[in-house]
Parts: sequence; C-alpha cells; structure tokens
Amino acid sequence: MSQTYPLQQAYKDHLVEEVVSYDDALAAFDPVLGLEVHVELNTASKMFCGCSTEFGAEPNTQTCPVCLGLPGSLPVVNAKAIESAIRIGLALNCSIAEWCRFARKNYFYPDMPKNYQISQYDEPIAFDGWTEVEVDGKAYRIGIERAHMEEDTGKSLHVGGATGRIHGADYSLLDYNRSGVPLIEIVTKPITGTGDKAPQVARAYVQMLRDLLRALGVSDVRMEQGSLRCDANVSLRPSPEAPLGTRTETKNVNSLRSVERAVRYEITRQAALLSAGGRVKQETRHWQEGSGTTSSGRSKEQAEEYRYFPDPDLVPVAPSREWVEQLRGTLPELPTERLKRVSAEWGFSEMEMRDVVSAGAVNAIMATVAAGASPQSARKWWLTELARRANERGVDLEDTGVTPAQVAEIQAMVEAGTINDKLARQVFDGVLAGEGGPAEVVTARGLAVVSDDTALGAAVDAAIAANPAVADKIRGGKVQAAGALIGAVMKELRGQGDAARIRELILTKLG
Amino acid sequence: MALSPEEVAELARLARIELTREELEHLAPQLDVILESVAHVADVAADDIPPTSHALPLTNVFREDVVVPSLPLEDVLAGAPASDLDRFRVPRILGDA
Repeated sequence: MSQTYPLQQAYKDHLVEEVVSYDDALAAFDPVLGLEVHVELNTASKMFCGCSTEFGAEPNTQTCPVCLGLPGSLPVVNAKAIESAIRIGLALNCSIAEWCRFARKNYFYPDMPKNYQISQYDEPIAFDGWTEVEVDGKAYRIGIERAHMEEDTGKSLHVGGATGRIHGADYSLLDYNRSGVPLIEIVTKPITGTGDKAPQVARAYVQMLRDLLRALGVSDVRMEQGSLRCDANVSLRPSPEAPLGTRTETKNVNSLRSVERAVRYEITRQAALLSAGGRVKQETRHWQEGSGTTSSGRSKEQAEEYRYFPDPDLVPVAPSREWVEQLRGTLPELPTERLKRVSAEWGFSEMEMRDVVSAGAVNAIMATVAAGASPQSARKWWLTELARRANERGVDLEDTGVTPAQVAEIQAMVEAGTINDKLARQVFDGVLAGEGGPAEVVTARGLAVVSDDTALGAAVDAAIAANPAVADKIRGGKVQAAGALIGAVMKELRGQGDAARIRELILTKLG
Repeated sequence: MALSPEEVAELARLARIELTREELEHLAPQLDVILESVAHVADVAADDIPPTSHALPLTNVFREDVVVPSLPLEDVLAGAPASDLDRFRVPRILGDA
C-alpha cells in the first residue's frame, strides 16, 4: 500500500504536540534517517496491462479487466518497466537479482480493486547499493537497501463529513486510472552520522535521486504530480553508539522543501517526548504542509500483516547477465560524476560551487553553458535574478519559466552591448510575463542600449548644460566627477545608454 | 503443533472472514490436517530443492510497452455496485485509520 492517505481523525489535526528547539534536540540526541522514495515510471502503458499511463485523463477511462482485478484476467509484465528498474538499480550501484518474483501484498482497501497489490517482497530486483550526496561541502555516503517493483494504487475521493478525510466520510469514490502504473520503491539503509545536517542530507538525497532519475529518463519525477513521493523515517538515540531508537514514518512529503522541514520537525517532536521521559510510538505520521507539523496516522504494528506470497499469475523475472551489462552500457553520466566533472571545468571557487549546489542550479548552469554562455555569467544570472524570482514565486529554480537557452541569449546580448545588466533584468521580466523570447522583448519594449553618438551626444550636451558646476570640475581635471554626469545621461536615457561610450563623449567634450 | 482456534481467528480477521466460536473450533483441526500434510513435503525435499511457486518452468514472460485501448467507461462501471461522478462508489472506510 504505497499511497499516502489523509487518514487522521480530524481532532488529531488540532492536537499541538510539544517540541524542543532544534539545537536542544541535537545536543541530546543523534538522529538516524531512512528514506523510502516511490517513483512512477514513465512507460507508455501500465505495469501489467496495456492501459495508458497518461496523467490527467477522465476518471476510469484508462482501465481494463487486469487493472480492475476482474476474475479471469491475467497480468503480463511490461518489459520496459523491468528495463527501467534494472537501470535505476545499476545507477544506485546495486546488485541486480539473477532471479526474482512478484508477490501479492494482501490488504483490504478499495484503492486496489483486487484486494492485493502486486509488489516484490523478499526478492527485490535490485539490492545492496549505495550513492553519495554532498551537503555544505561534505560528502555523505548513503546505503541503498533495495529497489523493488510494484504497481501504483487508484485514487480515492472521500465524500461527506470532513471534506477529503476518511473520518466522517459518508462514502468514497474510486478512480482506477493510476492503479497498475509501474512504481519503483527505493529504500535506503539507516542513514547515520549526519548529526545536525540530517534534514539537509534528506533533502539532498531526494534531490539527487530526482536528478538521477531524470538523467536516466525513466520518470517525469514531478513531486507535485506525485510521480516522485517520499516517506521519511526518523528515529533518535542518545548517542551514535546506542542502538537505534523507535522510528516514525512520515508520509505525504511532496516537495524537496517539505522533506527537509518534515525531518527537522520530527527530530524536535521526538526529542521533546524522549526528554520528558516518554516513548516514541512506532507509527505512520502525516506531514501537514500548512502548519509545518506531522500528525498521527495509523499504528504500524499490524500493518505488517500483509500475508505476502508469490503471485502465481506472474512467472519469475530472471534478467540475463548479458542484458544487465548491456543496460549498464546505456547509463548516462550520473549527477554525482557530472558534478565532479563540471566543478573542474567551470573553475568556480569552492564557496561558489557550494552555493551553486545548494541552490540546485547545477543542471541549469550546465544547460546555459551548453547554450553558449560562460560559466561565470550563467552562475550570476541563476543565483541572483532567477534565484530571487524562484524564491518570490515559491517554485524550484528550474521552474521559473525562463529556459537556460534564454539566459544564454540574454547574456549574449549583454556581451554584444545590445543591452546592459540593468536592461537584462527588464528582459527577464518580459520573458516571465509571457511577452516572448528575449529578442522579442528587447524589440517590443524598446530596451536596446543607445550607443549611436547623435542620440548620446545630445543627451550629454543636455547633462553638461544642466550641471555646470560638475562640468567645471571635470574641465579642471577631476575626471572622477564624470560619474555624476554619466548618471544624469543614463537617467535621461532611462538606463539604456552605453555607459562606456557616454563616458568617452563627456571626457572628449570637456577635455 | 496443533493450530489453535485463536490462531484461526487471527487469520480470519486478516482475511475479513467472520467466524463464530463454533466455526473456529470446527475449522482449526481441519486446517491442522492440511498443514500436517504439507509439512510432509519438507521431510522429502532436501535443502537443494527450492520451494515451488510456479508449476511452469518459465521465466521472463514480457510484453512490449505498447498502449492498447482500455474498456469503455460504461463497461468499467457496469460491474460496480454503485457509481458516482464516473467513479466507483464504495461505503466509507471504517477502522482503517
């Protein structure tokens, strides 16, 4: 049962739990993380039938006897899904099973119409791997327990009572379009040794995984559409030598930012419980984006009783070693390697590179450089203008609406002297306002730098006439006073003057 | 090892089958006979014989990733006990929170 449900009883939302400050929590406890990421593959058809996986179709229009669990139907495995699963496993340095089976995970919940979900149990297709993330210049190695295949569940809509919640709902409405969409669940080993960086490591891991899955081309990895979903396990122990504490599993964590916040909150909540002599209850919790807290969901104790057994309808999967090696050959350059390569190529300082990584700007800068801009100029635009706009809009850097190619085009116009940095900001405004590409915005808004001497000369003459005292100083040899006149000319030209040429003209006229 | 009525009750709960005390006591010995029979297999199967999960000696039965038409919506919902807004309508879910 991989989906997250708004399961809490309504009153639980209103329970405010004690927390301690993050610093106090870290002073007393050592946090241990475990992350489970579900990723929907971008196959054209479902895992076990030929229904489309297209997002956003009318309810129940992408269903058939197999994904509706009708008697007599037989699932057949999608070869592309297996291929994607193996490639993901290889990219995470996993071993690939020589032989593995699908299992039925039995449970009674209407999001799966056949009363079980096809998953893998003790024979995951990929296991025992590792990956690496970097936070504040330090590398953290993260062990991968397993990556297994399963099918996604349908979507429930609870009607009546408290809207959207099960408690108090009169009935539920089911759309099975998503039921049977191929999912890969990637589970880490316990992540230790992160100390106070635990929330950032969790976020960096999910972000790295997103980039990696995107580089592999196996998923749309859109957290807001649910094609990448994260469950965060957190536990605390008094010291790194102590045995692992009781963990909670927080679901419904649907953005990179939420991953960091949810882990941080859970650390402070559990620390408050433990410090007061209490115990952490092993349970599923739900992330509440609005309040920035987690709330209690179902108890975990009995959730394990899924009575898994091998699915008799599906024969074992035994990927030949030749196939695995052939797929290994298709792996693209992975984000970690790519980061090492571009760090060397770009020549940024360690600090600059760290800022780029923490802003999530590596891909954007790479694409901008590929489109012709210098690394420093690409870094400048992404970390200033675009980072600010992403922040204002509350979106990830890559979702601002300006493409790397457009950034490179704007930079090229700056270098050609067509526009200056100040005008470039207005070009970004125009592109974001949907006025077209950079060149169109420059034309439509009349933003090009004025550099012809006739127009500039007239403005310079006017400025000299209006500022006789300043002009006298310059005539007297105080060349640095020219700045005041350049300012006046620029004001006259609404920032569109060629500053270097204006300076030359002033000095020539007053020399 | 005799299967107790309590163990059968737990299995029945997981399978959402409601059984009376009499039924549990009636079924426990019967299930026990089945378990004992199956246990004989372990006596003959050596360690080098893996448990059989599939009768067919097949692996890697795959289909190409090709979309085929789905069922028409009316057919999809024809089997639903109730429907609303083109979705399956089911009773509210209790006790699974």
